[in-house]
Amino acid sequence: MVEFALPKNSKITTGKTWPKPSGASNVRKFQIYRWNPDDGKNPRVDTYFLDMDTCGPMVLDALIKIKNEIDPTLTFRRSCREGICGSCAMNIDGINTLACIYGMDEIKGDVKIYPLPHMPVVKDLIPDLTHFYAQHASIMPWLETKTNRPAKEWKQSIEDRKKLDGLYECVMCASCSTSCPSYWWNGDRYLGPAALLHAYRWIIDSRDEATGDRLDELEDPFKLYRCHTIMNCAKTCPKGLNPAKAIAEIKKMMVERTV
Amino acid sequence: MQYLTDRKRAVHRGSSRSGTEHFWGQAISAVGLMVLMPLFALTFGHALGMGYEEAIAYYQHPFPAIIAALTLVISMVHFRHGVQVVIEDYSRGTTKKLMIIIATAISYTLMAGGLYAIGRIAF
Repeated sequence: MVEFALPKNSKITTGKTWPKPSGASNVRKFQIYRWNPDDGKNPRVDTYFLDMDTCGPMVLDALIKIKNEIDPTLTFRRSCREGICGSCAMNIDGINTLACIYGMDEIKGDVKIYPLPHMPVVKDLIPDLTHFYAQHASIMPWLETKTNRPAKEWKQSIEDRKKLDGLYECVMCASCSTSCPSYWWNGDRYLGPAALLHAYRWIIDSRDEATGDRLDELEDPFKLYRCHTIMNCAKTCPKGLNPAKAIAEIKKMMVERTV
Repeated sequence: MQYLTDRKRAVHRGSSRSGTEHFWGQAISAVGLMVLMPLFALTFGHALGMGYEEAIAYYQHPFPAIIAALTLVISMVHFRHGVQVVIEDYSRGTTKKLMIIIATAISYTLMAGGLYAIGRIAF
């Protein structure tokens, strides 16, 4: 349900300001959300300064530099550093995106980094994505068939394969779902843009034989119809995908099988 | 504290197998209003500035009376659909159910009152 203010124990306080690097001429200021579940304190925003002449161009480069050289307690997820794993999704300069493919030259002024919004925080920049992954699992993200398995492979025409473009590229970083106000307010029941994009990826797959069952499972005022076409998902997707369009296609299919 | 598995929490009570009718109904009423609203503005605008007797006589013609009645009915149907979605977004539990009942009652009351008024003028 919608909440207009943060709970008392989530109100952000001013944190530590770390010293500027000595002798550096090209210095940039980073303000990073910090929260440690073990110290019992409210979240805070720590300030760091980096010498940009000795730092890589991406936000993830800066985070790794801070962790390696200034504050080893700074906690964040990262893995592939090339926009494939989706681990380093966070809110940078007010936009949910992947730190590894977001260049610091795209940011004007100080670099402000927060965890993905409206999710429980595990520590610092790490959100708890348990429910998000469970929702993804609930849409059965795999090929469902009833016909006996063919001797070689399930065939698909080039045209049908093209329908999966713009869908299969999703890396489940959760940037879209956590940018969606409907998901903020009703995330317990609304599946969110990422899970629905994946649902559509399997609904539209010519080889899948559970299309009707999949549509049945989605036909719900909350699971699907909480999408109000706000379009934050499409705007924020670091992979340039359009979950809102996928959701609209599902809604069209729902209407087509009713009317 | 509920000891539910993550999957149980995500699936919860499953799909209600409904929602499409509501979505389609709202889309149809939206399209209907796109047509009706300009016609209503045109007819109502035409009646503005008329004297009482003249305005009554104008709304006794079938076209402005039917347009006014249709606009009222369809806008109330659209209102009920839309407000229900807003209420579902912002509230939970008994409050949600009560607010949906109140919104539905308001829409049907306004619809009935408006139709009665148009009927009184037209006939």
